[in-house]
Amino acid sequence: MSMKDTKLWTWHMASGVIILVLLGIHMLAMHMSGVMPLERLNPAGDNPLDWANVVARGREVSQVAGYIFLVGFGLFHGLYGLKNILFELNPAPGLKKLISVVLLLLGLGLFVFGAWSAVAARTMALSVSG
Amino acid sequence: MPEVKRYPNRLGIKGWLVGGKWGPERYLYFLHRVTGLGLLLYLLMHIVVVSSRAFGQEQWEWAMGRVSGPVFLVGEFLVFVAFVFHALNGVRLVLVELGILTGKAEDPVFPYRSSVNVQRPFMIVMMILAAILIVLGGYDFFVLVAH
Ligand code: HEM
Ligand code: HEM
Repeated sequence: MSMKDTKLWTWHMASGVIILVLLGIHMLAMHMSGVMPLERLNPAGDNPLDWANVVARGREVSQVAGYIFLVGFGLFHGLYGLKNILFELNPAPGLKKLISVVLLLLGLGLFVFGAWSAVAARTMALSVSG
Repeated sequence: MPEVKRYPNRLGIKGWLVGGKWGPERYLYFLHRVTGLGLLLYLLMHIVVVSSRAFGQEQWEWAMGRVSGPVFLVGEFLVFVAFVFHALNGVRLVLVELGILTGKAEDPVFPYRSSVNVQRPFMIVMMILAAILIVLGGYDFFVLVAH
């Protein structure tokens, strides 16, 4: 295990804790809106998937920022976990390299797209009336 | 870097579940892995699906229409269940792996102390908490909020 592996492992643990907070809030909004209705997360009634609720959240800077962090840490945590699982099966060195590169590109690509869509959704939310 | 000897992973994927005679934590390891992979798969698709909201109400409602119905309803609930389990078990793993639940290393003086006495009750508490949250989430999902 190299220094780099130790650092990445620490980030894997840390990202787990960060996701716990961000995804915890997300799940409160999406799956607890009836049991525990929170005005701030679902201002337009208890169906969290209603367009009005999506727009209301999109107008909140904290929601948008939270999503960008969740996309980033979620992708890192999940893909790094997947990489560890694949490496445990002992692929040949060449295949290891390929796995690392593919997962890294997938993560970076989806992060850019996800972060863009969070910002674009906010622009959209601010442009609709009501 | 020194040459590292590679050992064959003899148990392979089968070893995730059947590894020998271990305690309940061994099965939590399997569940943690499966739920982690499930959440990852969901996240990859989720990013694409919810990006539809950036294009307006029509596109959002069209996308939501594509992922509705009983199959998706149950699937979405399973994602919630996976989240609850993975999160609470993940907290346990962080506390164990950072050594917080295992205590400091000490001389093996009789009568030996075992960290299992701390770890195991904590594990049970986390799993009870997970069960409660899953029931609450199910009540919310299938009874309170009409989808
Ligand atoms: C199964 C229940 C889930 C539902 C119903 C749900 C619903 C939604 C909705 C409606 C949005 C759009 C933003 C908004 O309206 O505020 C969203 C965004 C998002 N969700 Fe979920 N979600 C679920 C689970 C998850 C899980 C398990 C994760 C993490 C692995 C996750 C991560 C995200 C991220 C990162 C975004 C922002 C994406 C972006 O802007 O690029 N969600 N979710
Ligand atoms: C809710 C907060 C979360 C916490 C506290 C958490 C915690 C953890 C921890 C501590 C590990 C390392 C286990 C070990 O090495 O012993 C782990 C592994 C993993 N996590 Fe998470 N996690 C969370 C959310 C997620 C999400 C949203 C995903 C998917 C995007 C995910 C995917 C994975 C995967 C694939 C692994 C590897 C499993 C393995 O090696 O068997 N986790 N998680």
